[in-house]
Amino acid sequence: MAHAPVLEAIDQTQIRRRPPLDVLYEWVTTVDHKKLGLMYIGYALLFLVIAGFEAVLMRIQLAVPNNHFVSPQVFNRLFTMHGTTMIFFVAMPVMFGFGNYLVPLMIGARDMAFPRLNAFSFWISAFGGLLMYFSYLGGDGLYGMGSAPDVGWFAYAPLTAKVFSPGHSTDYWTLAVLLSGVGSTGTALNIVTTVLSMRCRGMKLSRLPLFVWLMMVASGIVFVAVSPLTAAQIMLILDRYLGAHFFDTQAGGSAVLWMHFFWIFGHPEVYILVLPAFGFVNEIIPVFSRKAVFGYPAMVAASVGIGFISLSVWAHHMFTVGMGAAGNTFFVFSTMVISVPTGIKIFNWLATLWGGKIIFKVPMMFCIAFLFQFLVAGLTGIMLSAAPFNWQLSASYFVVAHFHYVIVGAIITSLFGAFYYWYPKMTGRMMSETLGKWHFWLFIIGFHLTFDFMHVPGLLGMPRRIYTYEAGRGWEGWNLIVGIGALFQTAGTLIFVYNLVRSYYRGEVAGHDPWDAWTLEWATPSPPPSYNFAVEPTVRSGRPLWDLKHPEDLDENYE
Amino acid sequence: MYNSTRLAILGVAHSPTSIFDPAATPARSAFGLSMLVLSVTLAIFLTVGGMLLYAVIRFRQRPTDSDREPAQIYGSNQIELSWTVIPILIVVMLFLSTTRVILDTQAAPKPSDALNVTVIGHQFWWEYRYPKLGVVTANELHVPISDPAKPTPTYLALSSADTDHSFWVPRLAGKTDLIPNRLNTMWIDPQSPGLYLGQCAQYCGTQHAKMLLRVYAQSPEDFAAWIKQQQRPAEPDLSGNAAAAEGQTVFMHSACINCHTVAGTVATGRFGPDLTHLASRDTIASGPVQNTAENLRQWIADPNSMKPGVLMPSMHLNDHDLDVITAYLTTLH
Ligand code: HEC
Ligand SMILES: [Cu+2]
Ligand SMILES: [Cu+2]
Repeated sequence: MAHAPVLEAIDQTQIRRRPPLDVLYEWVTTVDHKKLGLMYIGYALLFLVIAGFEAVLMRIQLAVPNNHFVSPQVFNRLFTMHGTTMIFFVAMPVMFGFGNYLVPLMIGARDMAFPRLNAFSFWISAFGGLLMYFSYLGGDGLYGMGSAPDVGWFAYAPLTAKVFSPGHSTDYWTLAVLLSGVGSTGTALNIVTTVLSMRCRGMKLSRLPLFVWLMMVASGIVFVAVSPLTAAQIMLILDRYLGAHFFDTQAGGSAVLWMHFFWIFGHPEVYILVLPAFGFVNEIIPVFSRKAVFGYPAMVAASVGIGFISLSVWAHHMFTVGMGAAGNTFFVFSTMVISVPTGIKIFNWLATLWGGKIIFKVPMMFCIAFLFQFLVAGLTGIMLSAAPFNWQLSASYFVVAHFHYVIVGAIITSLFGAFYYWYPKMTGRMMSETLGKWHFWLFIIGFHLTFDFMHVPGLLGMPRRIYTYEAGRGWEGWNLIVGIGALFQTAGTLIFVYNLVRSYYRGEVAGHDPWDAWTLEWATPSPPPSYNFAVEPTVRSGRPLWDLKHPEDLDENYE
Repeated sequence: MYNSTRLAILGVAHSPTSIFDPAATPARSAFGLSMLVLSVTLAIFLTVGGMLLYAVIRFRQRPTDSDREPAQIYGSNQIELSWTVIPILIVVMLFLSTTRVILDTQAAPKPSDALNVTVIGHQFWWEYRYPKLGVVTANELHVPISDPAKPTPTYLALSSADTDHSFWVPRLAGKTDLIPNRLNTMWIDPQSPGLYLGQCAQYCGTQHAKMLLRVYAQSPEDFAAWIKQQQRPAEPDLSGNAAAAEGQTVFMHSACINCHTVAGTVATGRFGPDLTHLASRDTIASGPVQNTAENLRQWIADPNSMKPGVLMPSMHLNDHDLDVITAYLTTLH
């Protein structure tokens, strides 16, 4: 048979369950990309629950005007920790977790290019998260009891200077973010190298699964974007301890300089997170529409285009700092332009659905919700890109609603789809569809209650980061709805976590290819043995398993 | 049409700080642009969202479907080209309209009758200085209304004494940040008299939430009268008011004078708001507290109880001193 190597690659090794201490030792010392991937994911889920809890506390505080549920100091720490945790210790690790797990499998490799660097990157990032939460104990140092940082997740200067932020909470924040940056850079380097040098026979770049392409572009952005952030953190430490004056305005430093450093990281960061999410959707939508992805080359070109343009738009976060008409105009333009490749992606997904046979399994339901929600997030993004409109909207709840639409509505939503889709591969068991549907509906209803209505108080003049507000501004009813939505989302997420645990023990056995899919990870057992493939696979098209299942209509004929 | 949309929006969501209820030129031109952008994005949403919805319903798997996979379609260059070009055209259109509004606002020539006010952000209150008029006040900005036929806009020069802040009165203009070591400018030209509300929009520390903005737009006569009153030093006649006279002595001999100014006295501190005409203001503590004798007394006794995290310390004055200082402060018209 023509495709024998792929068949041979289907290994039948059984995995036995062993005593806990052995297992622990194995996980702590592992350099296996799959185990590291799972640890990234587990770590991210833990922090997701913590940061989600912080969000619920904030929504209780804001549900009614003049509330005294938490003090202003506590509230300011909550939003700082919530934002920093969600970005650096939930979203980044979870994306790298999936990337780690899936990239080698999808390109037919046995591991990442640098397995030890991989373990190092994970542990250093993980340490960063622990360090930040340790500030609750050690943050105030000699000044008294501990306290978390309260400078906001973008930590604008000069609020971070010693005069305005005494004690050590800001130092914990700085070091935690710096370590997370080191880990991200290591993993990004690993992913790019792996994709460029570890592909199996026949896996040309033009045949890479789109998820792999997107992980590679996201990793490329990490190089360019994370370095300025790391540099800025070091400069901040110099300011705080060695009397440098980069951002210390009282000694002639520049607050705007920090903003540039931060957002030249901060904007591309959105794409570092959303490109892997596009990757999930690119894998899931075709399988559940039973059609090849529409316009593969256009999808790749759009992704690479987004990667480059995303590096030139950062100051749209700074339309209100007084840049002058020329600067504003430039960033309006670059920001609006990025909607073109983004639009191309949405249209190609639409065309993939068109004429397909759409199967409403839970992974696909999340991806369809993603399409609508991402569309809205993109459109509110266009509103924000029009500078004079932005002067009204920036730093208001409208912006908060917009970027949660991107992060929760697009990134987290597609991530849930990815969990339901790849869980069988990772554990050998299916997740429960019934619980999955409960999760889906509760979460989606909660999402829309929270984030659709959150736009309104922003339009009515409510700034972000206020711990309370007066009655009579027309904000109260909206904030109550927003708070109720948060409870729905919490319920959905708890069902999801329960489903994860329950299915591990009780889920239906998955087999190696439960979704009748087409990429290489489904050509190996679930969970895959540590060496992934007994024989290095050979592929002849972008969908090797399609070729195997449809010898009468080979994909390679259309390349 | 804009007017009717505006009224429709205000019907659903009423607020004294709505960006859809502009009362000055910068806010009005942002509002005009927002209506354009909103209608374009709404049209895109309906078109693309409609097609998505149609595809999801029309192409769903049905029980009667055969087991065969649907036809595999890999792409089409013509189609890709069309959905690249159409968005580009929309982007160009939006970009040009946006640029026009940017220039209208940022490059508008400054009329010679413009009033200049320097705004200095502090943790957590606003200092206003009228350099040509010799007036210094805090937290409540007074400006003249501007007649479109003979515009008298107010130009704000914005800076900060400590951390970043942002000046945002949604009905007058979009926000502009106050950044230490940097001078920003913006202008407003409210066209009808009234009180316009807003608040600090850049996180500046613990009490960012209670750093409210109040802009009083006044007719030219009222504004001139206000200026005249503010220019007078506070020379309250305390002869018939023993409590206030004693209060003045206590005030002038306590730490208050290190942080506060009362023009014409030894109190020349600049860390806190100027109190020369404190009694002429409607609120204290940068907006959240009504300026009544009772509130003043509580504020001086323990500012933290009204604004936790505030930078004015409690001076632990005894009841008598509190009474007389309050009596003195209420005479500062
Ligand atoms: C360490 C400096 C400091 C001292 C000392 C101080 N204040 Fe203040 N005061 C401030 C600051 C800062 C504010 C603004 C607080 C805010 O709104 O956030 C303020 C606000 C006020 C206000 C409200 C002004 C307004 O328009 O909102 C009054 C009244 C006042 N102080 C009275 C006093 C009196 C009386 C004393 C002496 C018993 C005193 N202060 C001592 C710093 C000080
Ligand atoms: Cu951005
Ligand atoms: Cu503020």
